[in-house]
Amino acid sequence: MSERRTAMACLIPLLLIGAVFFYGFLLWTGWLSLTRSNMLPSSEFVGLQQYERLMLDPRWQAALWNLLRFGLGFVVLPLLIGLGLALLLDQQLRGEGLLRWVWLHPMALSMVVTGSAWRWLMDPEQGLAEAIRGWGWTVFRWDWLAQEDMAVYALVVAAVWQISGFVMALFLAGLRGIDESMLQAARLDGARGWRLLCRIILPQLGPSLFSALLVLLPAAIKTFDLVVVLTEGGPGQASELPAFYMFQMAFERSRLGLGSASAMVLVMMVLSIALPYAVARSRRRPAA
Amino acid sequence: MKRLLLHLLATLAVAVMALPLLLMLMNSLKGATEAQQGFMALPREPSFAAWQEAWARLSGSFAVSLMLAIPAVLLSAGLAALNGFVLCKYRFRGERWVGLLLVLAFFLPIKVYLLPLAITMARLGLDRSLGLLITIHVIYSLPLALFFRNHFLAFPDELLQAARLDGAGFWHLLWRVVLPLSRPIFVVVLILQFTTIWNEYLFGLVFGPEDARPITAALAQLSAQTETGARAYPLEMAAALLAAAPTLVVYLLAGRHFTRGLVAGAVKG
Repeated sequence: MSERRTAMACLIPLLLIGAVFFYGFLLWTGWLSLTRSNMLPSSEFVGLQQYERLMLDPRWQAALWNLLRFGLGFVVLPLLIGLGLALLLDQQLRGEGLLRWVWLHPMALSMVVTGSAWRWLMDPEQGLAEAIRGWGWTVFRWDWLAQEDMAVYALVVAAVWQISGFVMALFLAGLRGIDESMLQAARLDGARGWRLLCRIILPQLGPSLFSALLVLLPAAIKTFDLVVVLTEGGPGQASELPAFYMFQMAFERSRLGLGSASAMVLVMMVLSIALPYAVARSRRRPAA
Repeated sequence: MKRLLLHLLATLAVAVMALPLLLMLMNSLKGATEAQQGFMALPREPSFAAWQEAWARLSGSFAVSLMLAIPAVLLSAGLAALNGFVLCKYRFRGERWVGLLLVLAFFLPIKVYLLPLAITMARLGLDRSLGLLITIHVIYSLPLALFFRNHFLAFPDELLQAARLDGAGFWHLLWRVVLPLSRPIFVVVLILQFTTIWNEYLFGLVFGPEDARPITAALAQLSAQTETGARAYPLEMAAALLAAAPTLVVYLLAGRHFTRGLVAGAVKG
């Protein structure tokens, strides 16, 4: 076989497998969401009826609202903390390697471990709250995990701890990429402190911000493991996010059509972020 | 003065970020009764009882996770290198579409594939097993080829041409010319994949063998079981640290590559 044919013979089967498992299965899920499937897959076409049921389900509405609240915290806080830590680390501090290691280490941990740790730390009876009471502030309470309207923010705390270091790494890469001569020129012009930061440095961090958003937004939409371990969607159903709802419907409640419809909504949310990026990227580099 | 302030601020940030893991470690060394007395207190008589019990409960799952992660990581990285090389250095019709669909596949939430996978499994009469789980992980890691493709863009075509003139075929080019020069990207991909697969929860829960679940599923189950009454936190924290240990060690040994891999591959999941 010629070299090229061998290469194609390797690539094509794998591309076909990928096409089936990524896009074929996506179409299948889309098809299921248009049928009456419930306990068992059915092929009775019902149009958008499952989507209608989904949108009218108060539990789904609550999950979307929770995603909005969770997403806001999960995107904004790591951006602020990450930027702050990156600027701090860029000041040639002593022990930079250690600082970087400590700030980044939560990224090595799974959401299951993160969730276990924070469920304990935020335990109203035995966690950090207890320690603070033990120091003499006897009426101190921190019981977000037990409060319906605050449980989503408990998810935010754990997720922000896990991912802020990573956002820091993105911003640090951006900071280290800024042309030194430009900073010099700005300093010669008398730019200092805040002025230098706001006028010269921050505008240069656009690409880092873009990468961070490209990571954080889809990650927020996909958040699942953390909900399972930290709150189990509770108290009650107060901290359910869409991915958790999807799993509940498809697997725990055996409502395949509804589960598929929610899965397709998740896909559409992610695609609305990823598609513009992917198209722009494939245009930019046409040859490869 | 300003430098001092900056260092203080950095130290404070270190303390806050490191606190959860330190507290976990500290409390995992306490006996069950001691843990309920003082959360911040150092263990008066450090005991490894919690660790022993965590190991007794999770050692099986720890082994399963290793048996899952090692083959899945090696296979997926090998296939990614192969595909990335072909995608980068050979022209074919529709390659722009393939590129676009691969980038999109990178972002798609793999959770939405649970349902079709489960239905297919049932129709084919497949049981949950480690082999099945490895296969699924390898298939859903196919977009990893993008890492290698981007890396090979910088690979000089002249080197390939020279080897071709010497009569080298496809496999010779890949093995003898390309791969020896791909070590940096391999390290990044291996670390990233190991972290991803070791930490993965949902596929392991649904497709892993029922009697021998991967460690994330086992840990989640352990914490869910200790629901009632005063929770046995020393045990839970020892178990969580045990589940976290391999990726933390990898991070400790290869932190710089790890960061680079995460920065490059963070869009996956």
